[in-house]
Order: sequence, then structure tokens, then C-alpha cells
Amino acid sequence: MFNLLFVVFLAPFLGFVVLSIGRNRFSESTAAAIGIGSLGIAALTTLALGIAFIAHPPAGGAFTQPLWQWLDVGGFAPRFALRLDGLSLSMLGVVTGVGFLIHIFAAWYMHEDDSFARFFAYMNLFVASMLFLVLGDNLLFLFFGWEGVGLCSYLLIGFWYKDPANGTAARKAFIVTRVGDALMAVGLFWLFREVGTLDIQQAVIQAQQHLAPGGTAITAITLLLLGGAVGKSAQLPLQTWLPDAMAGPTPVSALIHAATMVTAGVYLIARTHGLFELAPFSLEAVGVIGAVTLLLASCAALVQSDIKRILAYSTMSQIGYMFLALGSAAWGASIFHLMTHAFFKALLFMTAGSVILACHHEQDIFKMGGLRRRLPLEYACFLVGGLALSAFPLLTAGYYSKDEILWEAYAGGHLGLFLAGLLGAFLTPLYTFRLIFTVFHGEEKLQAHPRPGVTNWLPLVVLMVFSTFLGGLIHLPLAGVLPAATEHTVPTSQFEIGILSSSIALSGLAVACALFLGHRRFITWLAGSAPGRLLAAWWVQDWGFDWLYDKLLVQPFAWFARINFRDGIDLAILTIPTGLRALHGALSRTETGRIRWYAAGMAAGALVVVGMVFI
Amino acid sequence: MMLLLLLLVPFIGGLVCWHLQRLDPGQARSVALGTMIVVLALALALWLTGDYSQTLLPLAGDPPGHWVQQFSVPWIPRLGIRFSLGLDGLSLLLVTLTALLGVLSVGCSWREIHTNAGFFYMNLLWNVVGVMGVFLATDLFLFFLFWEVMLVPMFFLIALWGHDIPGGRPRLYAAIKFFIFTQSAGLVMLVAILALVFVHYAASGELTFSYADLLATPMSARTAFWLMLGFGLAFAVKLPLVPFHSWLPDAHSQAPTAGSVILAGILLKTAAFGLLRYLLPLFPAASAAFAPYAMALGVLGIIYGAVCAFGQNDTKRLVAYTSISHMGFIVLGVFAGTQIALQGVMMQILAHGISAAGLFILCGELQERLETRDLRKMGGLWARFTNLPQFGLFFILASLGLPGLGNFLGEFLILLGTFKAHPRLAMIGTVGLVLSAVYSLILMQRTFYGKPGTEAPIPDLDRREFAILTTLAAVMIWLGLYPRPFFAVSRAPMQALQSQYAPAATEPGEPATVREIP
Repeated sequence: MFNLLFVVFLAPFLGFVVLSIGRNRFSESTAAAIGIGSLGIAALTTLALGIAFIAHPPAGGAFTQPLWQWLDVGGFAPRFALRLDGLSLSMLGVVTGVGFLIHIFAAWYMHEDDSFARFFAYMNLFVASMLFLVLGDNLLFLFFGWEGVGLCSYLLIGFWYKDPANGTAARKAFIVTRVGDALMAVGLFWLFREVGTLDIQQAVIQAQQHLAPGGTAITAITLLLLGGAVGKSAQLPLQTWLPDAMAGPTPVSALIHAATMVTAGVYLIARTHGLFELAPFSLEAVGVIGAVTLLLASCAALVQSDIKRILAYSTMSQIGYMFLALGSAAWGASIFHLMTHAFFKALLFMTAGSVILACHHEQDIFKMGGLRRRLPLEYACFLVGGLALSAFPLLTAGYYSKDEILWEAYAGGHLGLFLAGLLGAFLTPLYTFRLIFTVFHGEEKLQAHPRPGVTNWLPLVVLMVFSTFLGGLIHLPLAGVLPAATEHTVPTSQFEIGILSSSIALSGLAVACALFLGHRRFITWLAGSAPGRLLAAWWVQDWGFDWLYDKLLVQPFAWFARINFRDGIDLAILTIPTGLRALHGALSRTETGRIRWYAAGMAAGALVVVGMVFI
Repeated sequence: MMLLLLLLVPFIGGLVCWHLQRLDPGQARSVALGTMIVVLALALALWLTGDYSQTLLPLAGDPPGHWVQQFSVPWIPRLGIRFSLGLDGLSLLLVTLTALLGVLSVGCSWREIHTNAGFFYMNLLWNVVGVMGVFLATDLFLFFLFWEVMLVPMFFLIALWGHDIPGGRPRLYAAIKFFIFTQSAGLVMLVAILALVFVHYAASGELTFSYADLLATPMSARTAFWLMLGFGLAFAVKLPLVPFHSWLPDAHSQAPTAGSVILAGILLKTAAFGLLRYLLPLFPAASAAFAPYAMALGVLGIIYGAVCAFGQNDTKRLVAYTSISHMGFIVLGVFAGTQIALQGVMMQILAHGISAAGLFILCGELQERLETRDLRKMGGLWARFTNLPQFGLFFILASLGLPGLGNFLGEFLILLGTFKAHPRLAMIGTVGLVLSAVYSLILMQRTFYGKPGTEAPIPDLDRREFAILTTLAAVMIWLGLYPRPFFAVSRAPMQALQSQYAPAATEPGEPATVREIP
């Protein structure tokens, strides 16, 4: 049974190959059938594997399927091998399940696009790469998928390539994440130097035996890996690419920039948790980065006006929660939140896509309004998704995962992280319901024209169901891969923390209602006041990170490339022929044809020679 | 005997092409293609017939090994000069690369060259003779001879069939610049070769140019250092290493497509080969002493080439600067000298040969169709072709170092192998991974993406062009996913090289692995 593992990534990959060879020759329905069908095969295989895995777990809790030896050079012998354990199975489920639904939705969304087949080719390649990333049993293999998903992200953000702005956003996404990738690569070099292997299991064992816990080497290695993770997962300080990445088609935002690729950083840290446990400083850094990103992104989300950018900042802040959980060593809670977030954020993005299409590609929430009458399904989806995002108590999936995170952060003694998480829990409903109330309530500002279809509503409804408490009931088979949370002896119980976090989320919701429903007098006054304007301007620009990087890195680089257009080194070398020519010119000028000059020259020369002989 | 054929076949093919110039110039290209296919077949036959676990250079402490194949006859006995050729895994890989790119460069000239076609193909084939000779020669005099023989046909290729860019430098300028740079550095190498022979003569009383005999020439560290620099300069210019690189962008931008393919794909690799075959084995200690500076220059080249590439407006100049950047990795890996880094160098040589050839062929095809190489006049070409942009994307991604394609493995292994002993340099070199994304994606944007000026379709790749690019792409994927056959062939030479070089390279007081415990 487990031998079918390779089918999971092979199916979408073959789909990519067929679609990219056939391209424009395929009709829209054929292309959609290949794209969706291949993912359906992957999802069904995953389901079968999951059932088999839970019914008859493989020995040691993991199944490894070697494909072939990649290379064997000077003691470095990584192979292509797939590893199925509880963690990769959970990720497989998210990637193929949510990916399948998003593919269905994409067939609706991309209807009548000129490059329909190209879109599905890229989407399939993305899923295949993501599965590579998740299934790889050594870090080089993982890096393979890691770069592959980055490439697909680039191709899909810039999918509508005729607009140069999309190209810029795509390049930015690739290059910023590539900075993280380069850090990660250095981390891999260093890890290899210390432990002599990049096989994840082996590396962890070797590191535990040979590296001093908390030592320089392990701390540096894990911090470098963290660099890769923050790049991919859009965390501070490499988060700037994610809001711009919204230039891509909305299904792309749902699949890549909400549900799967951006959580790869979380997966990486969870996968290498054995290393991070040896480096308390790095683990702390993970938590702090998560907490800070969570708060900064929430604030930025509060003042955006583009519906997709709001969701992008929200994604950033939710991944911040996952990092916070990792930093508190709440590994399981982090992956659990990864899953529930994939459900409700994919739901929110796809719904946003429906709204955008219904509003004729309008993305500014302040130009929408009162849409709940014309778009009831979208309204319902946004409510369910928004409530899940806000961790509405008991009824939503988001509540269960976020509550778990907050509890473990508190119980693990990470008071700062816990407080940041609570503050975030207050901010989340604020920006979520600002969006919902602005778009769906109030007066109707434009005529929405919904384009119904089964490929539209079916994925929305399925994800809506999973975003409720039903999604929260899913139990991930993580025991045995990730260490369970340790028993804590704190005076407060999980129940009490749950009450606390729920009441904070509910009060955030209440404040949101007070601020954004009805006449909005207070918020209008607040936004109009001087400090309000200043803060809004600052937050809209994501706290000025883009501005800073532009001034510090992009502009100097472009400036140097520009002034060095003629290649300064070449110009320096060209002074040699120029000098020779000048010398030649000077000497040839002495060739005047006048006898007395020659005679004088000879006499002077003779004098010099005689003088040199005698002196 | 096979080795001699590798030289004779293109030599005679070139003569035939030259004569066809008078009789029937239209046939020259077919003769050239046939000749190169025979050469490729010979190279592939070599793969099947030899046991490549052997090489002349012994593992440290072992008695000398032997070439897998060799051919040797006396040439100028009084001076100890022999016409001797030898082949091991290292030269086999390069010979195969040369033969493959030779076939493709004839293919990509099919429609481009009309004037003096016979003479053109003679130059192309004789260039291949020179390169093959460099890879096969095992006598330093013969090596130098071939090293110079490479230059002349390339000079003519650029000077006679090159392009004059409006507003740019004339092609004769580029040809002369190329010639003076490489020739003057070559002369320094000649002096170094003669000095090495005399040092050997003084020590042993035997006048010989034989590589095997000169290998263990006893000399003072000072002598070794200066001789090493003499060789090194020639290789540095040819590679090219910053700051000796500035002939390359000019030569590339003016050369015809086939010239660029040969130049980037093979000629530059002769320098990498020189480092591996001559510099390190002849002067292990001196090379090791110089290694930090060489590696620093390599890293400088990685970054400088990448930054310059970003600023160019001419597609071929841009790709030329990316070559400089990629070659920086080779210098870094060679002087790092670990097994992983050296094998990475091997992979980088092959992969860059393929990817640069692909990019230059694409530049040539775009130029044929658009009659410009100016990026400011391109943009939005994606929708105007069917297949060409996909190949463009593919080779740009290869150059960017996407895993699954050869360049990634080359660069990754080089950095991985370098990090062990020189973590700082490796870290700075890793910046190249980011910069390669910067220049690659800007190239993609400025050619294929963006708003098209007009939607009018442009003739797409014909069958010949499609076949050429598909071949290159297939080899690229093979290198990236299943490189073991290639590594297996180069293992013995690289192990021997490392065992000779590593003791010298490991500085006292620096253990191989540093474990810091607070």
C-alpha cells in the first residue's frame, strides 16, 4: 500500500508535463480535467495512504521509499527518497485536499483566460514541488522542492505578465525569498560540515551526539535555517514580498500564499525540531519573530483597503501564531493551526475571488458595500471564515488551534509570547470584521454580478464545513514524530485560559461591531485626527520596511549597476592602449623633418650619454 | 589512435570545407555537420571502451598511474618534445562537451552564415581541433601550441562573421581585444613553461616537456610561486577572472552565434581545465599558498559579474557577464580543493557549458527574428512565439540555479565543499545565488514579459532549432537529476588531484572540522 507513495507527487507532475507540452492545443475543459484530475488522483491516494497509515502504522512510525541515488560525491550521498510519517501525512492531506478544492475553484475563476492551460500547468507543478518539499527525507531534497515552490510562486504571481507591475511583484517575491533560501543554503553547508550528512533523521541524531547544546555551531545552523523559514513564510524581516504577491490570480493566493507554500517555513522548523531543541536561543528567536510579526501584520491589516492585501497581512499574522507556537515548543499545536488556517484562509481567499469577479475586478473594499443581498453565499462564507480566523469560541476550527497555542505558550512559561498572542487575538476580529462589514454591510456602491456554477460553490461549501468545529475535531497523527507537549504544573488550567482567550476574541468582535457597523462616527473621527492619519500612513506601508529596503539595498544596487554600465575595470584597462597611443602621438610629433631639430636632439643625446659615462 | 582521430577528423573536415569554398560553398555546412557528428561518435565510443578509474596523476604516496588511452610519437627529439596525447575521465568529459557543442554550433549557424561559408566552417572546425588538442595534450609544448591554435580561428570568426552593433564598438575591435588579451597572457605562460622545463633540466639533466616527467619537479617555493603565477595568469584571462574579464563581453556581443557558443561553452572551459590539469598538480604547494587570494578573486567575480549583468541592455553582453559570474564559482571550487568542491567544479563546467550555449543560441535566434539585441526594444515577446519563450525560461532558470538542473548541483557542491575550510568565502559566494536570481529574472522580464509593442506573431522555432534546444535541455535535466555517470567518470582524476593538493591546502592549526564548545 505505502509503495503507492510516489503516485502522490507523480500524478500532478505528469499533469504538468502533459499540460505544458499540449498547452494551447487543449480546450479549456480538457486542460481543467487534466489539472484537476491529476490532483484528484493525488488526493485519493493520500486518503488511502492516510487510512492505511492510521489502521496499520508502519514500523517505527515512518515509511521510506527510496527512488534513486541522486549523487555520491566525496562522502556526500543524498538520494531521492520519500518519507511518510505523521507529519508529512498531515501536510500531504492539507496540500492535496485543499489543493484539489482550489484547483476546482480555479477552473471557475480562470474561465476564458487566454492561458488557461498554462495556468494549470504551473499550478500542477507547484503542487508537485510542494509534495517534494514535504516528502523529502533529506534536506537537499527538501531544498529541491523548496526552490521549486518558489519558482512556481514567481511564475504564478507574474502570470498576467503583460502588466509590468505583476512582473515586479513576482520578481520581488522570488528574490526576497531567495535571500532566505541563501541563508538556508549556508545553514545546510554548516550542518553538513558539523555532522557530515543532510539526511534529516541522521543529522538530528548526529547533532545530538556531537554538538554541544546551545553551542555556537548549532545555534548558527538553526538561525540560518530560520532565515530560510522566515523568507518562505513571510515573517519579519523578510515579509515584504507577500502583500505584493497578491498581484497573482486569486486561486494562486489561496493555494500558494495562504494554504501551503507560505507555511513551508513552519514545516521546515517542525521537521528539524530536533535541531532547534538543541538551540534554545534559536527557538526563542522563532517565537519572538512570530510574536512581533503577528502584531505588526495585524496593525497593517487594520488600515489596508485592498481586500486581498488585508487577507495577505492576516496570513502573515496567522503564520506568526504558528511561529509563536514553534517557539514555545508547541510543535503539534503549530501544525494543527497550520491545517485549520489552510481551511479557513483558503476559504476566505476563494470567497474574496468570487467577490472580486462579481464586482468586475474591483478590489478596493471601500468601493464595495452592502453586498450581502446580492452575494449571500459569499457573505456566509466570509462570516464562517472570518469567525474561524477570529477564533470564535467552540464553533470554529480556528478556536481549537489558537486556544491550543495560547495555552501551551502560557503553560510553557513564555509569558511574553502569550501576551502577544492575546493581543493578536483582540486585533484579529477587528481587522477581519472591518473587512466584512465594509464589504457586505452599509449602502450598495456597485452592482455585483455573480456568476454561479458548481465549480464555484462546491469548494467554498466544503471548506466552509471544515472551517467550523468539524475541522477542529480532526486529530493529526503527529505523536511519534513531534514530541508531545510536556505536562505543565501551572496554577491555571487550560479551561481558564480558554475562557480568557475567548472573551478577548469576543470583545474584539464587539469592538469591531461598535466601530464598523452603523455610522462609524468614532472611527471616522479617529482616522481623521493627526495621529490617526500618521499611524495609518505608516501602517499602510507595512511599517516602512519596503521603503527602508529600497533605500538600503535596491537603490544602491541599481545605482551601482547603472554607473558601472560601461564596466569600470574595462575602462581602467583601456587606459593602457590610450596611454600608448598618446605616447605614440607625442613621439611622432617629434618627427618634423627639420634637420636642425634632429641635430639638436642628437647633440643633446650625446651630451647625456657622455655625461652619464663620466659622472 | 582514437585520440589522434579526434584531432584529425575535424582538421581534415576543415580542409574539405575550405576547398568547398571554391567548389560548392552550400555543401560546406553539411560536411561540417557530418564531421562533427563523427567526432561526437568518437567521443561517445571512448565512453564505452575505457575504464575510467585510472588517471596519470597518482593518489598521494602511490606510484604514478597511467592514462586511460594514450598516443605518443617523438616530434622534436633534440628538445625532448613529443607529440603525445592522453585521456582520462576529466578530459573525456570535456572532449564530449566539445563534440556535443561542436555539433550544435554547426547546427545553429545553418541559416546565419551565408558569406564565405566554407572558410567559416573551416575556422569553426579548426577551433574544435585546437580545443581538443588542449584537452588531450600531455606534452607542455604541444599543449601550448594548441592553446595558441585555438585563438586564430576564433579571431577570424569574430572579425569576419561578427556583428557590428550600431553605436557600439566595431567587431574588429572586439576581435583584436580578444586576441591581445589572451595572446599576451599566453606568452607569459610560455615563459613559465620554458622556465619549468629548465628548472627540471637543471635538477635532472633531462630536457623534456612531458607532463608526466615535469609533475614532480623539485623547485624552491619561490620559483614555484612565480611559475604558478605565469600559468595562472593565462588561465585567469581565459576563464576570465575579474579583473581580466573585459574582453569577454565585447567578444561575445560581436561574435556570431556559433562563436559565442564555442567561446562560452568550450573556450572558457579550457582555462578551468588548465587549472585542474596543470596549475594544481604542477604547483600544489604554491597554489595552496595563493588559494585565499584566488578564491577571493573568484568570489569578487561572482558578485561583480552578476552586478554588471544586471545593468546591461544587450542580451549577449548580459549573458556574457553571467558567464563571468558562473566562472567565479569555478575558481572558488578549484582552489578550495576538497573532493566535493572539485566534483562541483566538474559539474559547473558541464552545466555552464550547456546553459550558456542555450542562452547564446536563444539570443542569436531572437536577433535573427527581431534584428536587435537591445533589451530596451524587446518586452512582451511571450505571446508572440509558441515555443521559443519556454526554452528561454528554461535556460534562464538553469542559469539561476534551479534545483533539478545542472548549474544548481555545480554551485551547491562548490559552496558545500568550500564551506568546510573557508566558511567566510563560501558565505560571500552564496550571495551569488541571490544575485543570479536578480539578473536572470530581469532578463526574463525585459525580453518575454511586459507589454508587447505589437501582438503580431513572429516565426517560431523551426525543426532544426527546436531539436538543438531540446537536446541541450535534455542534457541539462540529465545533469541535474541523474549526474552519477558523470561524477563516476571524473572521480579518479579528482580524487588524485585532491590527494595531491589537500595536504598543502590544509593550513596548520586548522583542523578539518571545527567544533566550538562554549
